[in-house]
Parts: sequence; structure tokens; C-alpha cells
Amino acid sequence: MIELSEVLILAAMLFCISVAGIFINRKNVIILLMCIELMLLSVNLNFVAFSHFLGDIHGQVFVFFILTVAAAEAAIGLAILVVLFRNRNTINVVDLDTLKG
Amino acid sequence: MLEQSIFYIFAAFLIFSACMVISVRNPVHAALFLILSFFCSAAIWLILEAEFLAIALVLVYVGAVMVLFLFVVMMLDINISTLREGFSRFLPVGLLVAVLMLAAMGLIVGGGGILSDPETGATGAGQFEAAAGNTRLLGKALFTEYIYPFEVAGAILLVAIIAAIGLTMRKPRTQRTPKPGKQVSIKREERVKLVNMESE
Repeated sequence: MIELSEVLILAAMLFCISVAGIFINRKNVIILLMCIELMLLSVNLNFVAFSHFLGDIHGQVFVFFILTVAAAEAAIGLAILVVLFRNRNTINVVDLDTLKG
Repeated sequence: MLEQSIFYIFAAFLIFSACMVISVRNPVHAALFLILSFFCSAAIWLILEAEFLAIALVLVYVGAVMVLFLFVVMMLDINISTLREGFSRFLPVGLLVAVLMLAAMGLIVGGGGILSDPETGATGAGQFEAAAGNTRLLGKALFTEYIYPFEVAGAILLVAIIAAIGLTMRKPRTQRTPKPGKQVSIKREERVKLVNMESE
């Protein structure tokens, strides 16, 4: 049998890998979006694990909604990316400094 | 024991593919490794008895979202080398943050007995109803207790569709077509100008 803590540590490792990915790929917007997808995946893994070990279906319902929102987020993010590339001809985050703070 | 070894194999593949996603040079390869990590986590969800969500993950993510990612990555003509600048510079910071976060999370979840009652030590572990399938249970919860959130989710997807189309749609190219409304409403004075000239 799998222990709950094993799954939770796996999800924590996945989350930390994606945080590291956001740090080291900070110029490429596409990789940043992929890292966000990985983060959502690790959170979903936590929900599924707790749902399994508590015998409670509500965690899986929550995963369903997270999947929905993540799909919407990916679609809109990629649409913004396409428009950005069309207008600025780059997706480098460093070049996107029109709104200088 | 078999279950545990399968879990470990898929977990190792998941961690490996996640590391490849953040470290490969080519974004297309990163997207393909992300697909691999989705497959691995779908397998882990199957082990955790979330069959419907595992299938939905494969269908929705691998079938739709990752295809969208691949499409966008291949459509954009990006210069990879400039995007890779600073990769080695930020690597130590990223690793440091990741290791610190992992240590903090590991301290919380690694000890085991998260679900156990601190006083009695009894675990609150329950079991799903054996007779009902996962899909049936999920559907029952989704369409009774969570019916309003379910409809809101549908509305969110509709908004996403409209937003994506509205963002990416270009205006139609300017065509030189006659405009009947303007043609009909034209006045004689706007077109004809009477000029008095001396005859030569």
C-alpha cells in the first residue's frame, strides 16, 4: 500500500521543480506557462491523494474544477502570447518593458 | 508491493520529465516532456482510484491543452538562444529556492500520520463505496451538490472561448467594395461643383 506522505512528497517535489523552473526560465513565457501547468498538476495530485486516503469524493470534484479553470487559463494565456508575438515580434520577458514601473 | 513499485516507477518518470521540462533547450521538447509528465500523473491517479479524472487528464490535457501548446510553440518563430541567456546565472537561485521549499514541505508532510488524530492516533482513513464506480460517485456529487459550481465552470469555459477568439481575431483586410448606404445617401452638392469661367 502507498502511504499518504509518499504521494504528498512527490507532489511537493513536483511543485518545487516547477518553482525552480520559473526561476531559471524567466525569459521564456512559454516555459513559464508550462511551469504553471506543472504546479497545478502537483496541487491536483495532493487533492487526489487526500481524496483517496480520506475516502471522500469532494476532493476529486475540486480537481475537476481546477482542471476546468486551468484549461481556460492555458487557452487565454496562449492567446495573449500569440497576440504579443504578433505585435512585438518577441516573447522575451526582458523586452516587454513598455509599462516601465 | 506491486502497487508500490508501480507507483515508484511512475513517480520517478514524473520527476524526470518535470526536470526535463524546465531544463531542455527546445520548447517543443519541453512540451513533449510535459505530455509525458501528464501521462505519468494520470497513471498515479489511476493507482489512487481516481479513474475518471485520470482519463479526463489524458483526454483534456494531452488531447487539447498540450496540442494547443505545441501548436503555439511551433507557430511562433522564436529565437531560442536569446531566451536561454541567464539560464546558468539563475540556476543557483532557482535550485536554492526549490531545495528550501522542498525541505520546508518535507518537514510538514514527510513525518507521516498527517491524517491521524493527534490525541488518539487513529487515522481518519475511509473507503469509497465499493459497489459504486468512481465515475458514478463523482457524477452524483457533481450534479447534485455541486450543480451551481458546475454551471459556473461551463460559463468560465465559454468566457475562455470568447476571450481567446476575441484576442486573436484580426480585423478583416480593407477591401475596396462599394458601400450601398453611402452611395444612396450621397447629395448632388457633394459631387458636382459648378464653376463659372470666362470663355476663351
